[in-house]
Amino acid sequence: MPLRFEARAEASARMRYGSPLVAVLLTVAGGLVLFILLGRNPLHGFRVFFYDPVKDLYGVSELLLKATPLMLIATGLAVGFRANVWNIGAEGQFLMGAVAATGVALMFHDSTSMLVLPAMLVAGAIGGAAWAAIPAFLKTRCNTSEILVSLMLVYVAQFVVSWVVFGPWKDPQGFNFPQTVMFADSALLPVLIPGTRLTVAFLIAIAALVAGHFFMTRSYAGFQMQVTGQAEAAANYAGFSGPRTVWIGLVAGGALAGVAGMSEVAGPMGQLTDHASSGYGFAAIIVAFVGRLSALGIFFASLLMALLYMGGEQAQQHLNLPPAIGQVFQGMLLFFLLGADVFVNYRLRRSRAAP
Amino acid sequence: MTFAMDASLVTPIVSASIVAGTPLVIAALGELVTEKSGVLNLGVEGMMAIGAVTGFVAAQHSGSTIIGVLAAMVAGAASALAFAILVLDLTANQVASGLALAIFGVGLAAFAGKPYESVVLPPVRALPIPLLADIPLLGPALFDQQWLVYFSWALCAGVAWFLYRSRAGLVLRAVGESPASAHAVGYRVIRIRYFATMFGGAMAGIAGAFLSLFYTPMWSEGLVAGRGWIALALVVFGTWRPLRVLVGAYLFGGVLIAQLFVQGSGLPLEIPPQLLSSLPYIATVAVLVIISRNPNTIRLNSPVSLGQPYRPDA
Repeated sequence: MPLRFEARAEASARMRYGSPLVAVLLTVAGGLVLFILLGRNPLHGFRVFFYDPVKDLYGVSELLLKATPLMLIATGLAVGFRANVWNIGAEGQFLMGAVAATGVALMFHDSTSMLVLPAMLVAGAIGGAAWAAIPAFLKTRCNTSEILVSLMLVYVAQFVVSWVVFGPWKDPQGFNFPQTVMFADSALLPVLIPGTRLTVAFLIAIAALVAGHFFMTRSYAGFQMQVTGQAEAAANYAGFSGPRTVWIGLVAGGALAGVAGMSEVAGPMGQLTDHASSGYGFAAIIVAFVGRLSALGIFFASLLMALLYMGGEQAQQHLNLPPAIGQVFQGMLLFFLLGADVFVNYRLRRSRAAP
Repeated sequence: MTFAMDASLVTPIVSASIVAGTPLVIAALGELVTEKSGVLNLGVEGMMAIGAVTGFVAAQHSGSTIIGVLAAMVAGAASALAFAILVLDLTANQVASGLALAIFGVGLAAFAGKPYESVVLPPVRALPIPLLADIPLLGPALFDQQWLVYFSWALCAGVAWFLYRSRAGLVLRAVGESPASAHAVGYRVIRIRYFATMFGGAMAGIAGAFLSLFYTPMWSEGLVAGRGWIALALVVFGTWRPLRVLVGAYLFGGVLIAQLFVQGSGLPLEIPPQLLSSLPYIATVAVLVIISRNPNTIRLNSPVSLGQPYRPDA
């Protein structure tokens, strides 16, 4: 074997930021192979996937619209991931945030108050945080894996959504469709650019990114979480509270996922339907990793993932391919990133004579 | 609820619970072997989805169920191989890589299976075991099943024998408990972990094929519906013991069937169907809580090096 991995004396900072780029290039290469295998012209495929969705202002606004929930959720998840708190049920927290916000919107359907939207925002955050509090409670009290519990609750949340839209909250004039009434104007987020669907939720997402950045890099609690993630024994020795880390990690993720759910029902959807589950909660896991759990990284990664979503939709319309091809690209991206990360801690060396 | 007393219902309910539990048995036993070697592969859901699609497509084109199951097995092992390269050779984080496999596998299966969504295959016939199937009540429930059900029993016995009675199983467990010691004694830790991980993938693939060929028999995007995750929970629930995993899987099968049975019974119950449908997932959380509440249960039973990367720096 002429080449072998050799441990680096210290982690390479250059590769830490270089490996996402390597992963993107490998994903593009993988896409090239995929298109050829499918008998499609790769250049045409790439055009449909990566250029057509964003060729005009409306396209760009749709990209930001799709990136918004990804940014929100990934920011919250990154807080937990840094401390090795694995919340993978953001999809469920997203849905429960949407349900809670919908409850407020329906309760004040006849109100024109300016306070309806802030109340929905708070309700969304609480709904998501409460759903994430279940795995946090079970983890800290009963030592139960937060991975499996948060994931199981995704399915339960989907049934909660299904129950409210088929049952108590069904629009009586909705021709029996499983959906609520359309929200009143006072319960809809203002549009940022006239003629597009991009709402102020985008600004909330940016604010969350900035807040998340300062929490993780400047606050004592953020520091404690970093230490817990990198060296648990050191954190214990320093007297940092393990349960507190778990609670902060899960509740931050849940609250922001809930806000994302609120921004969807009060934004592009305008109502709660049986199809509120969009996969953003799972895609945001990829965003958090590809973005290196950092604010700037998450910003770019969520744009890239949003582009893959839109590319998938375009591929359905113009290439006659199932939209799940977007998911295939998203999964490939994470795979390649995890693989490329080996170069952060190792480097390839030509091996000398066999030992 | 007098209907529960009706003896004529025992056979179909037990039988259906076993069928519903079988994919969980197969996937969980595969994951059990993987975890015993110290590798935590969270991608079971994705491997099952890939297996389900591959098995379905192969069976549809070849007209043979066996070829479908074998194809699913190979596809599951191949997807586990991709995971193994990441975590074993490239020392990637096992949790993140498993999640990647789960997301990627579900996406790939949805993509590849789209053209087959409306196709229905003939169901696989049951294979009654002579004499045993004639035992009253439990005979038809246990011994008049599709052949993969019998396979799952053989698998359970085989895995138990392998882990606790064979030398190779002892080595595998040693690798999971202390890779550094196993390496020092001269065992090839990475290679053994590759085999264990691919075995887990192969079983997840077969479990997926059970869903798409034996259980429904058709492919749809949400077919696996979290069973891969439930299988992961079952390994914890069974405290890494094959027989307990089997029993746990049938209990889950029972929960799955009970909720379908109540929903289909037309009983005048004021229970929303969604609550019943969510019962298996709530039950998973409940058993995890019961098992994990005593920290010693997990500490004493789980492989010590589970989830930790290891590189022999020779």
